[in-house]
Amino acid sequence: MALIEFSDKGLCCPQGQFYIDPWKPVEKALITHAHSDHARWGSQSYLCHQYTKPLLQLRLGDNPYQTVEWGETVFMNGVKVSFHPAGHVIGSSQIRLEYNGEVWVVSGDYKVANDGLSGQFEVVPCNTFITESTFGLPIYKWKSPGQINKDIQSWVLKNKELDKTSVVIAYSLGKAQRVIQAIAEVTDKIYVHGAVYNVHQTLINAGWKLPEVHRITPETTKEELTASVVVAPPSADGSSWMKRFPNHVTGVCSGWMQVRGNARRRNVDAGFAMSDHADWPGLLQAVKATGAEKVFVTHGFQATFSRYLNELGIEAGEVKTEYGNDEEVSPLAVTDEDSIETDESVSDNPEAKTFETNE
Amino acid sequence: MNKVENDIERLLNEDHDRDISYSASGVGGLGLGGFADLVKVLGTSTKTTDKLNALVQYFASADDKDKVWVIALFSGRKPKRAVNTTQLITWCVEAAGLPGWLFGESYHTVGDLAETISLLLPETIPADQISESKPLHFYIDTFRQIEKQDESIKKQFIIESWDQMNQNERFVFNKLITGAFRIGVSQKMMVNALAKFTSLEASVIAHRISGNWDPSTTTFAELLNESPTITDYSKPYPFYLAYALDADPESLGEPEAWQVEWKWDGIRGQMIKRNNTLFVWSRGEELMTDKFPEYHSLKDVLPDGIVLDGEIIPSIDKKPLPFALLQTRIGRKNVTKKNLQETPITFFAYDLLEYNYEDWRNRPLDERRKQLQAIIEPLTTPTIILSPIVTFSKWEELTELRTTSREMGAEGFMIKRKSSTYQVGRKTGDWWKWKIEPLVIDCVMIYAEKGSGRRSNLYTAYTFAVKDGDKLIPFTRAYSGLTDKEFNEVDSFVKRNAIEKFGPVRTVKPELVFEIAFEGIAASNRHKSGVALRFPRINRWRKDKKPDEINTLDDLKQMLQVYGK
Repeated sequence: MALIEFSDKGLCCPQGQFYIDPWKPVEKALITHAHSDHARWGSQSYLCHQYTKPLLQLRLGDNPYQTVEWGETVFMNGVKVSFHPAGHVIGSSQIRLEYNGEVWVVSGDYKVANDGLSGQFEVVPCNTFITESTFGLPIYKWKSPGQINKDIQSWVLKNKELDKTSVVIAYSLGKAQRVIQAIAEVTDKIYVHGAVYNVHQTLINAGWKLPEVHRITPETTKEELTASVVVAPPSADGSSWMKRFPNHVTGVCSGWMQVRGNARRRNVDAGFAMSDHADWPGLLQAVKATGAEKVFVTHGFQATFSRYLNELGIEAGEVKTEYGNDEEVSPLAVTDEDSIETDESVSDNPEAKTFETNE
Repeated sequence: MNKVENDIERLLNEDHDRDISYSASGVGGLGLGGFADLVKVLGTSTKTTDKLNALVQYFASADDKDKVWVIALFSGRKPKRAVNTTQLITWCVEAAGLPGWLFGESYHTVGDLAETISLLLPETIPADQISESKPLHFYIDTFRQIEKQDESIKKQFIIESWDQMNQNERFVFNKLITGAFRIGVSQKMMVNALAKFTSLEASVIAHRISGNWDPSTTTFAELLNESPTITDYSKPYPFYLAYALDADPESLGEPEAWQVEWKWDGIRGQMIKRNNTLFVWSRGEELMTDKFPEYHSLKDVLPDGIVLDGEIIPSIDKKPLPFALLQTRIGRKNVTKKNLQETPITFFAYDLLEYNYEDWRNRPLDERRKQLQAIIEPLTTPTIILSPIVTFSKWEELTELRTTSREMGAEGFMIKRKSSTYQVGRKTGDWWKWKIEPLVIDCVMIYAEKGSGRRSNLYTAYTFAVKDGDKLIPFTRAYSGLTDKEFNEVDSFVKRNAIEKFGPVRTVKPELVFEIAFEGIAASNRHKSGVALRFPRINRWRKDKKPDEINTLDDLKQMLQVYGK
């Protein structure tokens, strides 16, 4: 019996009697991070990193949550389980399983570069590594987080000079926090969309030191917004919500912006190839560093990436999951990362709003 | 030292000499980087004013030689092709240390060869760092010099150039080599930007930069000098294009104010006779004089210093033949006697732009037409005729006549205001095309391929089939006609329902039904279906129809009987 099986409910550990990031309700769910394609509603109990818990409460409401710290060991029916930083978003973790001397690591989503918020990706040596492949093509090579921040900062400053409002489009969990931190270095006041605000407040209530932001409400005046900086989720881009900004320009933060066609298709003024996923060199680096003799490749360019790994002499196979979208995650389709913010009613749900401070 | 090394040494020395002359002249501060920035703005900006400003700024500060090349590139001219695609790809995967198949996968996702290469090459200069790239024309000149050289010299030049560039510059550099500069700038916009530098009218600039000139020997001053002499006798005028009339023609007011002609389905062309030499230009600004030898005799009957606007079209006894027959002529380098007999080409003249070397474009249409008539009517050759004027007194009559368009070999009417001048480009108000409804057929999608440019990484090029018993017969491809949202929907369908993979092509479960519109149909033995369509495009997505409700091959054949002549 393999330590992890790929079932129709998700990644299943039969020995430990739990699932990791299941897409259907199960009894016991271990959650790598709070994006909605990995953390789904309906399971009876959840185990996650302590930073992830408040985000799950925001999204999924009250449930039996159990938390662990990075490196802390939990035994589940004889399986030794621990969480390790994945560097993807706040709280994101790789999950390590050990049983009978065999070690598997489920990476969830990850990036190798340190963005200053999500923790430094930790290399966890293992026999079998399950990796994502969202950007598993050699055309995807990111600039350093510091450089991307500079690009965004200078764009924002240039717009301000021209008396234009900068609307920065970034996923509300992950990139929004990175963008807000970067912008706060060059501007005093930052306005945000409700979905971004909810995540931001949740994190602040949980003890995170984040810059102050202002939620845009119907009362926010045009004068206030003129030449200001706004951070909004992808769902807002092109919606009527954007109409309130006089003379605005839109900049999208997404790994898909690496390719010109995507930026042109989305009709944006500026594209920043900023991602919370590992780029091609990052994926290769991570896979090699684990020393795994067997690799399973999930959501993204899994066929391409696993073929390449096999050519390098690392045994690799593709696995279909319901993470991301499909074999080729379409850069335009609403990915599950979006849905955390597309459905504002979820975050505006009063029950979901009862935040709990973690410290 | 062996010969190759000698050659390289010599080239490098020449480079060096040129470098010195560049810096000595004090210009070229922009270099290829400035051009790369311009292309980036033009390719990504969503606002026309931003694009225009970027062009103006570029023209204000760039090297004169570079400006000439930018004008040339943005009006469809290409530098000498120094290396081929295979070489570029080989050197790229070698430099990146990647297997060839991975290049293929990357290319299918990016949808643009030059961009794929620029993304795959290992970074030597960070994107934000100012590189030491040379002026645009340096690279283009070098392409010409190395064209006939040994492959190793070409390779060395390309690799060294890549090494000195950031990703942005590599992209435009590769574009120069692959030779397809289709970015988000129209010729009109470039003309407007240039008009800010000279006292020349936009229409004069458009005229100057059209036609047959060589960017490597033409200077910026020659191209845009302000004296009105026409130095190049071959030059066509920019075409005046009509807008589609969507409203009822009644909305145009009094019928007497309008001149109506049939709208022919040939190649829009300009026939020029100056200096006793004849030139024929297509609307795509391609010089086609040699493709149509029957026109050569016109040199002896047309007056000198004349420019005609009209339709290049095969016809017998003043009756047009199907467009498909014209296509059998265009593709040929050499025209045979048989071609000349079976598909004789006629020029249907409908406007007079220059007469006695005088620009007539600002005179009203009825005056131009009168003079045109006076010139063409006396001619007895079948090679040039007047495009007839359709007489009518009420718009209803015209509506009635329009239904006979297909029998006339026309695709509707051109409606032109009698008082209109001959303008530049597509202008609304005076010239309208009133086309007949297209032919339509319901069919099912069976293959899909990814698009390019703004449709890269999306399945947007489809092949459609009709039924023949229980078989599906592919009969046309179409790329346009859906909204972005619909393309995304179909794309996601393709990704979920792909059956087989043939290179970049996916065979797809035959489930989605579309209505295809087209302008004409002709017999073809090159297609399995036996027909070829003119201007096929997706008219609408028939979500209300199931695959078993689509049209049949017999339906297509019947259309061929009725409309295929």
